[in-house]
Order: sequence, then structure tokens, then C-alpha cells
Amino acid sequence: MPATIEPSLATARRTPNLWDLAAMLCVFGTLAAVAHVAQGTMVPISAPGATEISLDPRNLPDYAVRTTLRMFAALAASLLFTFVYGTAAAKSRRAGLVLVPLLDILQSVPILGFLSFTVVFFMRLFPGQVFGLELAAIFAIFTSQAWNMAFSLHQSLLTVPADLTEASRAFQLTAWQRFWRLEVPFAVPGLVWNTMISMSGGWFFVVASEAVSVGNNTWTLPGIGSYVSVALQQRDIAAVGWAILAMLIVILLYDQLLFRPLVAWSAKFRVETTAGATAEDPWMLRLLRRTHWIAVLADRAGDVIALLGMLRLSFRRQPRATAARPPSRLLDVLWLAALFLVLLWAAGRLSAFIAGELSWSDLGQTLLFGGYTLVRVLVLVALATAVWVPIGVWIGLRPVWARRAQPVAQFLAAFPANLLFPPFVLFIVHFRLDPDLWLAPLMILGTQWYILFNVVAAAASFPGDLREAASNFRIRGLLWWRKVIIPGILGSYVTGALAAAGGAWNASIVAEAASWGNTTLYAHGLGAYIAKATLHGDMPRVVLGVAVMALYVVTLNRVLWRPLYAYTQRRLTLS
Amino acid sequence: MDTAIATTLLEVRNIRQSYHKEANADLVVLDGVDLILREREMVALLGRSGSGKSTLLRIVSGLLPPTHGEVLWRGQALLGPADGVAMVFQSFALFPWLTVQENVELGLEARGVPRDERERRAESAIDLIGLGGFESAYPKELSGGMRQRVGLARALVVHPDLLLMDEPFSALDVLTAETLRTDLIDLWSEGRLPAKSVLMVTHSIEEAVLMCDRILVFSSNPGRIASELRVTFPHPRNRLDPAFRQMVDDIYALMTRRPPPPRTPAGLAPPDLATPLPRIGTNQMAGLMEALAGEPYKGRADLPALANALQYEVDDLLPLGETLQLLHFAVLAEGDILLDEDGRHFVAADTDGRKRIFCEALRKYVPLANMIRQVLEQRWNHRASAERFRDELEDHMSPEYADDTLRAMIGWGRYAELFSYDEEAGQFSLEPEE
Repeated sequence: MPATIEPSLATARRTPNLWDLAAMLCVFGTLAAVAHVAQGTMVPISAPGATEISLDPRNLPDYAVRTTLRMFAALAASLLFTFVYGTAAAKSRRAGLVLVPLLDILQSVPILGFLSFTVVFFMRLFPGQVFGLELAAIFAIFTSQAWNMAFSLHQSLLTVPADLTEASRAFQLTAWQRFWRLEVPFAVPGLVWNTMISMSGGWFFVVASEAVSVGNNTWTLPGIGSYVSVALQQRDIAAVGWAILAMLIVILLYDQLLFRPLVAWSAKFRVETTAGATAEDPWMLRLLRRTHWIAVLADRAGDVIALLGMLRLSFRRQPRATAARPPSRLLDVLWLAALFLVLLWAAGRLSAFIAGELSWSDLGQTLLFGGYTLVRVLVLVALATAVWVPIGVWIGLRPVWARRAQPVAQFLAAFPANLLFPPFVLFIVHFRLDPDLWLAPLMILGTQWYILFNVVAAAASFPGDLREAASNFRIRGLLWWRKVIIPGILGSYVTGALAAAGGAWNASIVAEAASWGNTTLYAHGLGAYIAKATLHGDMPRVVLGVAVMALYVVTLNRVLWRPLYAYTQRRLTLS
Repeated sequence: MDTAIATTLLEVRNIRQSYHKEANADLVVLDGVDLILREREMVALLGRSGSGKSTLLRIVSGLLPPTHGEVLWRGQALLGPADGVAMVFQSFALFPWLTVQENVELGLEARGVPRDERERRAESAIDLIGLGGFESAYPKELSGGMRQRVGLARALVVHPDLLLMDEPFSALDVLTAETLRTDLIDLWSEGRLPAKSVLMVTHSIEEAVLMCDRILVFSSNPGRIASELRVTFPHPRNRLDPAFRQMVDDIYALMTRRPPPPRTPAGLAPPDLATPLPRIGTNQMAGLMEALAGEPYKGRADLPALANALQYEVDDLLPLGETLQLLHFAVLAEGDILLDEDGRHFVAADTDGRKRIFCEALRKYVPLANMIRQVLEQRWNHRASAERFRDELEDHMSPEYADDTLRAMIGWGRYAELFSYDEEAGQFSLEPEE
């Protein structure tokens, strides 16, 4: 029985080694940085240096650390939210009735529009403290991260394989044990993937949320985002360059140190019947696995977590099999009635809030502006499709290239595109170009990569026998595109295009109103409308604009993307 | 009988399991099932898929409460998964993120068994079942046979009084399944299996006769225990032993004799929409008829022999035979299958001729086919939604059966060119030229 002897043998080797030293440096470095930032957040805004930004590049590492930590604070909040909200939505049918559609709407609300709201709210919570600003920024990032993570957990909880659920019941795991031993592990791969996507999306918002102006007040938090915004005001293009460089390094670091190992580790939770070709472990994971002390620590931590998960917590003494009796109709009716009343009340409050200052013509105007932005979004997605689908297919069908291009595309998607706006604005101002046309590309600048990496992934996994059959029958040219490859990648493409379009709507708030020094360029569109209203502290118009934009996004999803996706699932999968 | 004095482990009294269906009569899956299990016996629930035998197993395990009737576990009413009952799943149901060792320990861990004892017991279960050396492997690294061994070890490690097995070998290839059966039987007959009794669901007659002391044969629609047989051959049993073969033959006969085939002269009895149709492909039907017509059968074959020759389980062969019988291409009688006149014509015909013969049979003997055709002919646009027929079928059978029946009908109707069907729109239509 080799397994029982192994631990005692292994203790002899449990002395720290060089790998431990390297890993510990990382750990303590992070701790020191956290402590440093925590000091900075607890001071009043009026304190010297608390909210001043210096354009000296030597300050950038410090700013980068603070920005990154904000990201991770928001990520922690998102995870907490995900576990509460996603679980509630999946476990309670009545809660799910409300929570799932609500999540769908929240996902479509352009959060940038609400930045001014939340800043005011958190400033009132902690008057005169930097902490309030920090919370406002973290909240803004949170709102960009949480929804898809919650959706992912909810989806996973609903699709846990029935035989595993039965097995865990037959072996008398309590609901608590089942949650931690079955349902959460099953959800891990999806959750890790969505966390990664969320992080990518979050950079965009962290940059936007560090420097906020509402009415006459402008608040800045030390960070890369505010560094860039100050650089823009002072027309310092070199500083913008430094900021972009700092950002590149940060993204490279957290990707290598955190997400590569996480993704590799999460592969073990994938439910699949065959041992697929496993990629090589990322270097960070290998490093962690070579350490001795850290490995022991991780083992102990894992044991504690496993122990918590295996606590026989249960509301009933015996996990009883309950008869699948039809749910109570009366309770359903009462529940729906209560929901209806809440809806009525909310609608009343909303209309009172808006109607006080706005008229129907405002609604008409926002709808028209929304139409302009809609046209931009659709045209841009079409353009990005025309460019990136052929390139993505070309790359995807060549395994060597696909392996190289995949991380690059993901990296580009993570890069906050708003950092790249200044050169564009300069260009437009210099050549006196029409903002209505030339600001538009900024909207898709950061999100077009979703199309690219989804298409690359789909093309890379296109069945080899179908390719061989196609070349055997000499299917080439347009016919090959129409009948072979496009149906094969369409499902994946739709996922990418949906993400790209959603991101473009959000980006329109910063892209349709871009500034350089004292010059601010406005395009005609809903994004510019919201940006202007925010600048003037005009809350009713912000609410109206955001609501109309959410309406556009939800409608576009329902009318275009969802049916398209359902179609690909029905027709273009062989199962 | 010596088992009569053994302790009764489990008693199932007058179980009836039905699924509530809106606005219609309940769908009865199990009806009037009684069952007594004692210590030291291995019992098989033998029946065709859909006969409710897996449902009964889930009721016995406490996973599913019966609609009516009661389950007594050691004299006490069973209210949920009981301590002394462990289950082996058809799909293995292993946790992919746990190693072999961790999977095996799971049931003990759920009960709060301390780690040392857990490891010791898991080790011995792993060694017993022949998994030594695989402790740290993950399920996805294992072959199907090894995976099911993990499933067995996981169930045995809790030393259950009753081991439940839900078609444990049906997901494995023939050779692997046989090895696993033999290993299990050896442990059982040597008294080394840490389980007092075994109840297994199977659709393989040979498997039941090879392994069990008692066989409960299920009939379908609703599921009942049609007959009970004792197997008294000593272990190890020899499949080629004439007495063994005779018993297998008898059970085949038993299973084909039951639901008395509606051999009413065509056209006299009112057609019945309530007959569920199995999803049997037209190629399978043609293949079986060709095999029957050829050497060495010349139109008549013994079902067990045919099953062996074609590598079919009873679960596959019986519905196929019954479908041929339904279409009056063949007759089932006392464990034999005979090719009918229509069947011979079908085999002799060319592609178009076969389609014509098949079409005639459908219109004559399958009321649903006739109904769809008539509705299509009456409609001005010769179109009809599948939902319309699905609803009608669901008045007579469960939604799953209705779905299978409709799918079977679509496949047959397309082959016979009786109608065409648009999956995307869910619509039947007549061929444009007609």
C-alpha cells in the first residue's frame, strides 16, 4: 500500500528550497504592497498627496499597484456576490423568477453612466475620506465584473450532471456538503474563465473610475487611470506612453502569475470522459508545485477548506427524499402579486423622478441618439467581422499560429482601450475630421478582440475529418466559406460578437465624448448624451439615457443575438 | 428453502409510482409491486428499458419516494437514503476532480468517519476490487472497466447491508463486462464481498442467470413483476451448460409471450393510438429481415441464438422483433421469431418496392401514420404542426414515450415517403408533387 507510506517519507524533504524563496518573495511583496495601499486609503481627502497625481513616471509603479489592488478588491466582492446571488437564483425557484431576469438587465446597463451617482453616494457615506472614493471606484469595477460571473455559477448549478447528484444523495451528503464537494467544483472551470473575462473588462472601468467629475467637482484617486486623465489635461503625450507601458506590464504580470496557473488548475474540475491532450503547465504553477513550504501550507489550507466543506451542516437531520409534488399555486400567486406591486412602485418613482424635469421630447431625443449609436455599433461589428473572421480562421487552422495568437488576442482584449484614445483624438483634432464618423472606431477598439479570439478558438477546434472531406471534394473559395467553415464557427462567433457589441455600447459613453486638453470632441449619440449629462450633474437625463441604452442593448440581444445563437445550437451542432 | 429463515432486509409493499400529468390521468410507471429481500441473496430485476425497474431501484435506495405503498428497511419505514444501502451507477457517477482514493472515501467522509479509519478502509476496498496502484489516479485517466471498479469500491467501502447496482455493466464492452462480472461473482461466492445482499437491475438475461439467485422479470406499461424465478446452479456457472441455456431460452420465451400480441385480423379492430412506438431505424428492420430470410435461419430463428449471432442484447432485439410484428412483417412466438409473408416480399423487393411495402404496412397497421396522413390531406395547405400530434399522443402516454413515438413515426414516414417533415419548423407536410 504505497499511498499510506508516502507522507512519512515525504516529510524528510519538507525543507524550504530555492523555489520557496522565489514564491515567498512574491507573497511578501504582495502583502507589503497591500499594507502600503491600505495606509493610503484611510487618510482624509485634504491630506497632502492623497489625491494629487504627479506625472513623474517614477510614481507609476506605485499607481499601478494601487490600481491593481482596486481590481482585486472588486474581484473579491464580485466572487462574494456571485456565490450569494448565483446560488439563490439557482436554488430557489421563486427567487430565480426575479433574480435571473434582473441579472440580465443589470448586465446590459452601461455602468459608466452611473459613475457619478455612485461617487456621490459613497462620498456621503465617508465624507471627506479617501476611503469613500476608493469604495466608489471599487464599486464601479465590481459592477463591470459581477454579472457574468454570477450567470456562470447559476448556469453551472443548474447543469450539474444528474448521476453525480444522485450519487452524492445516495452517499448521504448533506446539502452543505453537496454544495462544496459537487456543485462548486463543477462550477469552477466556468467561473475561472468568466473571472478572467471579468478582469479584462474591469481594466476599462478602473481607468474610467479613478478620475470622476460631477458638476464642478473633480476627484482623482492615485492610479493609472487618473494618471492618464491628468496627462490628457496637461497634453503630455510622453506620460500617456509611460502609462500604456505600465499597463502592459501589469496585465502581463497578473496574467502570468495568477490566471495561467488558475486556468491550468481548473482543468481538473472539467467533467469529461477522456483524458484530453493536456497543455504544459504554466511556469508559475510549476514553480508553486516545486516549492516545499508553500506546498505544505497550501495542503494545510486545502485541508481546512475541505473540512469546512465536509461539515455535516444540514437543516434536516436526515436528507429526506421529498416527493416531487407540484409547487403551491397560492404561494406563487402571492409572490407574483408582491412582485407586481414592487414593480408598480418602482415605475411610479422612476416616472416621478424623470417627469419632474423632462418631457416626452427628451425621450424622443434619446431614442433618436440611441438610434445613431445603434447604427455605429452594428456597422462597427460588421467591419470588425469582415476584418477579423478571415484572419481568425486563417490563424485558427494553423495550430502553431493559433497557439501563439490566442494569448495575444486575450491580452489585447484585456488592455483598457481608453488609454489608446488620446492619439486618436490628437489625430482627429489635427486633421479637423468629423467626430461623428472618426470617433466611432474607438468604441470597438477594445472589444473587437473578442471576435478574434472566439473565431480562432472555433477554427482551431474545427473537426479535422470535415476539413479533409472538404478538400477531398475540392470545395474551395466562396463555397468553402459558405458551406464549410462559417457554419462551423458561427456559434463561437456569435458569442464573440455579442461580447463585442455589448462592450461597444458601454464604451460609447467614453468614446463619443473624447477629450485632449481643453478640446472635447462630441459625436451625436446616446453615449455623448450620457457623458454630457454626467458632466453637468443632470441626474434625470443620466437616468433616462442609461435606461434607453439598456433598452437598446436588451432589445438587440433578444432580437438579434439570442435567436442567432439558438439557431446555431439547433442546426449547426451534430449531437 | 434456507433463505426463508434469513433475516428480511427490505420489504416493498404494494408500490405504485405514477407521475402527475396536467389535466389527464396520472401516468403509472409501477403498479402493485411487492418485493422482499433477505440477507445473503443476489437478486436481479430483469426487464426491458422503460419497464420501471430503475425506478424501483431508486425507490428502494430512498432516492425517490413512492407515490403509494411503503418501503420497509429492517422493519422501519424508509424515508431517505439509508445508512446500510450503497449504490453503483450505470454511468459510474465518479467525481472527476477527486482521485480514486478520494472518490472511494467520499461516502465515509460524508458520515464523519475519522481520517485514519477512512484511509484504512478505502485501502482495503481498493485492494479487494483490484484497483491497487491506482489510488492517486483521476477517473478520466482510467478505462471504463477501471472506472466501474472505482464505483464498486466506493459502494463497498461503507460495508453496505444492501448493494444496489443499476445496470452496472451495460456501459462496458463485452470482454470488460465479463471480467468484472466474474470478479464480482468470485468475491460473492467466496463470501469476501462486504455486502450482505445485492439487488441489481439488468436487461441482459444471461447476466441475470449467470450472477443471481433470484430473478424478478418485469413487464412494461405499467411495470409489474410478471414472474419470479430461482436460479439454483452452483457458482461458478457455465454459460454453455445445457441447463443454463435452457433457462435463458425459457426466460426469452417468457418475455416474448407476455403482452399478448394484438393479432386481430387487419381492419377489424379499431386502431389504437395508445401503442407507443420504439425508436427503431428502418435499416435495422431491413437488416433483421434480411438476416432472417437468409441462411441458416430461412425465415425462423431462435431469439437467444439470433441475439448471440447478431451481438444484440435482449433489450435491443425484443423491441425490434415487436416492431416487425406490429407491421406484420414477422411473428414472435415462444422465444422464436418467424418472418411473415409481407416480410418475405419486403426482403425480395428493390429499394422503391420496399418503400411501397413499408408504406402500405404503415397505413394498415399504424394508426398514427394514418392519422397524420389524413390530417395533411384535409388541410388546405397540406401542413400540420408536430405539436398537434404530440398533444394527442400525450393523452395516452408519458411525454418521453410520446416523443419517442413521434420521432419513430417521423423516421418511418420519411422512409416510406408518406409525408415530409421540417425539423426547424416542427411541421409535417405532403410531398409537393402529390
